Amino acid sequence: MASVAIPQTGTVVVPERKKASDTGLWSWLTTIDHKRIGILYGAFAFFFFLLGGLEALVIRVQLMHPDNAVVSPQKYNELFTMHGTTMIFLALMPLASAFFNYVMPLQIGARDVAFPRLNAFSLWTFLAGALILNLPMIVSLPGTFLEIVDGALRSVGITSLTAVANWANGIPGANLVPDQGWYGYAPLTGLLFSGQQIDFWAVGLLTLGTASLAASFNFIVTVINLRCPGMTMLRMPIFTWTTLIVSVLLIMALPAITIALILVVFDRYVGTHFFAAYNLVEGTLVTTGGDPLLWQHLFWIFGHPEVYILVLPAFGIISEIIPVFSRKPLFGYAVMAYATAAIAFLGFGVWAHHMFTTGLGPTPDAVFGASTMLIAIPTGVKILNWTATMWGGSIRFTTAMLFAVGLVSQFVIGGLSGVMHAVVPVDTQHNDSYFVIAHFHYVLFGGSMFGFFAGLYYWWPKITGRLLDEKLGRAHFWLTFAAFNLTFFPMHFLGLAGMPRRYATYGPDSGWWLWNVVATVGALLIGLSALVFLHNVTKTMRKPRFAPDNPWDAATLEWATSSPPPPYNFREIPTVTNRDPLWAAKYGDHMDHHEEREIDVHFAGREIGTVQAPDEAEHEQHARASAAVAVREAAAEEDGHGVHMPNPSFYPLLASLGLLLISLGALLDLSWSIHLVGGLLAIPYISLLGGLMLFGAVYGWAFEPAS
Amino acid sequence: MAATAIELETAHGAGHGGGQDHGHAGVPPTSTGLDSRKLLMWVFLTSDTMFFGALIATYMTYRGRSEALAMPPYPQQIFDIPYTSVSAFVLLMSSLTMVLALAAIQKGNHRGLRVWLAATALLGAIFVGGQVFEFTTFFREGLTLQKNMFGATFFVLTGFHGAHVTIGVLWLVSLLLVSLRGGVGQSHAMNVEVAGLYWHFVDIVWIVIFVLVYLLPYPAVSEAPEGAMRLVDAGTRLLHALPF
Repeated sequence: MASVAIPQTGTVVVPERKKASDTGLWSWLTTIDHKRIGILYGAFAFFFFLLGGLEALVIRVQLMHPDNAVVSPQKYNELFTMHGTTMIFLALMPLASAFFNYVMPLQIGARDVAFPRLNAFSLWTFLAGALILNLPMIVSLPGTFLEIVDGALRSVGITSLTAVANWANGIPGANLVPDQGWYGYAPLTGLLFSGQQIDFWAVGLLTLGTASLAASFNFIVTVINLRCPGMTMLRMPIFTWTTLIVSVLLIMALPAITIALILVVFDRYVGTHFFAAYNLVEGTLVTTGGDPLLWQHLFWIFGHPEVYILVLPAFGIISEIIPVFSRKPLFGYAVMAYATAAIAFLGFGVWAHHMFTTGLGPTPDAVFGASTMLIAIPTGVKILNWTATMWGGSIRFTTAMLFAVGLVSQFVIGGLSGVMHAVVPVDTQHNDSYFVIAHFHYVLFGGSMFGFFAGLYYWWPKITGRLLDEKLGRAHFWLTFAAFNLTFFPMHFLGLAGMPRRYATYGPDSGWWLWNVVATVGALLIGLSALVFLHNVTKTMRKPRFAPDNPWDAATLEWATSSPPPPYNFREIPTVTNRDPLWAAKYGDHMDHHEEREIDVHFAGREIGTVQAPDEAEHEQHARASAAVAVREAAAEEDGHGVHMPNPSFYPLLASLGLLLISLGALLDLSWSIHLVGGLLAIPYISLLGGLMLFGAVYGWAFEPAS
Repeated sequence: MAATAIELETAHGAGHGGGQDHGHAGVPPTSTGLDSRKLLMWVFLTSDTMFFGALIATYMTYRGRSEALAMPPYPQQIFDIPYTSVSAFVLLMSSLTMVLALAAIQKGNHRGLRVWLAATALLGAIFVGGQVFEFTTFFREGLTLQKNMFGATFFVLTGFHGAHVTIGVLWLVSLLLVSLRGGVGQSHAMNVEVAGLYWHFVDIVWIVIFVLVYLLPYPAVSEAPEGAMRLVDAGTRLLHALPF
């Protein structure tokens, strides 16, 4: 018998306080509420999404026609480097983090994450890393745009802006934008080939990695330990499963790039040669024993799982959306969870398919080609499950559903070109061409970004209490969908025609002009679609809060509380007996929930809940164990009636600020340092100050009462 | 009508059977019964394993490279295996004292906790001191980070481990100071246990490093460094091909 006990939180008795101490700037800076942290993650990530998009638009305008000179080749290198780095580390990853933060604790019926202050630390450290990475870009952007406008004006004979553009390009730091490509291949990052711009890139990414690790530790512990009573692992929403698996991927994959970046920093600051085969000594190249290929291995051991870190959250989001708008439970729930885990596991065994052209030899090529093809199996299972969920359902094409179905269709295209790259000779042909650009934009835009837009439309009413405009939403979707295909589908043709990536321009005889124009028009339309979305957001924010608690008739726990939820999420921690608790409560047995027979659990002479017992005779032992858990959780509830929420804390912010100063000091001239051990060790004053702040913050944090 | 909302007037005698994980009244029970701080440490150590894994892989990639290129100093010339064995033994013994410290506080023995915490921190500090002495000696004998791949990989890997031990010593001393002020009661045994998990991990990593870096035999030094000469020639040719 499907049944559930969800506290009716539609009318929250506790009055909403609107004091400045609850809503002011300081309250946001010291917040440890997972919902506010999620909102801040989302806001910062969307800002960087727009910045990365702006960089992409300049790239597309430059490639609009042959021999174009809108930007210099150097600026072009900077733009594609920062576009890639920004979109991956500052837009897609934190957008996923925003959803993990906001939605996951609600979905498992928790009041917050396991370590709220650690969560705040990861947010501010992310911001610190993003700032370090983008400092030179922010300084150089005015010069870049003045240069573009100046170029246009000069073509019609006006030269009055040239001096201003030159001045803007000469601002200190404007020439320090990372320009080596987002995967920073050695030896381009070495002292022999590059200047200080690599330091900003390496130190910025190291800081961002710290933030991601801290967040992931927290999410793993939260999912494992803070599930509400009755929420067994196989009753968790798929999005929660995805949070867990992506976090595991992050904690296993990030160390490889962190160590690789630390070695780059050693190469650059200390003079080691981890990734440089040669060193220049008095005009002669001498061998060092270092190996640039080691960077590629370490980078892609991180880099390939990173692809799944970017796309699996979107898969999790649409696995929530498609059942709700098909009015059917997810088809093959358990297989979906296992497929996600299988993709993550296999993702660690395929990194060298990024390195087929480095001459690894036939055996590694064959092994990594085969392992890459294997990933198509669990991915195909997911596609099948989404399709089968929709099959026979009564589908409502809301904007969220449109983006979700859009993901399924577009990701199939990106996935298929991905399988092509598992074939070594094909990959060798496609390598470093626009075909690869087309492939990963279908995966990361058609996959991840479509999923994140779907999630934004889906959870927006829960987060803000206001529904987004569906009419504008549909316009947003169709414009994005058309513009996205217009931009990236022609890149398949360009790649097959031989157009290499990362070249600032191409010749008029190449035959690539037509599809480049089409792609540029498409890119400008993508820019327009982002404006439609922003218009939707600003229009909606002026409306009053009127979204009901569960506007979509969804099934998971985040819709059981008010929109937006109170700081403590649930007045009473819910108890679930079902995978789709809200549907079970509303529709009972009318929907097929794969629900098994249940056994009542009695405690202290009272019935306190139920446990599942698929077959009493066979599973008696299992049922008894589950009952013990239910009793323990029931006892735990004893403390849970008075809601104790932890206090806000400024130590996480202080610790992140300390990290920011440590990193900034590393980017300054060595004369700003204290020299120790006979000049062997130089510690920048600012880093020293940052270190003391970090040290103090850690101790203050440790001794601060949690609540 | 199987399930109803869980409402208990009293839960005495139930639910606190999870052993030490529920010893602390301020910690809410969890889905697994495992203390969240303990789980956090396990998750962190999983990640830290990958950190050391990447560094050890780097060391193993370049192991023997300095010999092949005839770029001294070489590990077999410079290592003092008996000396490092003693400091490895000291570090391993600190795991024993750590176990005794945890056992003491779980029984409510505050004096035992302080004695064994101090012993663990002292042994850890001796290890770090030994490493500083070792590094200094190697440096005097000509091994630097810049000298060859052995120097670079050796100092970075063992230095990363030394930094871990140093952080561990700071943690243990902090615990000791809090305990002296009466802040580590029997119900706070988890605070000691989590520090202990970290400490044992750092010990185990040293066993791996000690075997792979110190004990495993190194290849013989090539008498005539022809390979190296060829690489230098290739480098010079590359230099002439460069546009600067």
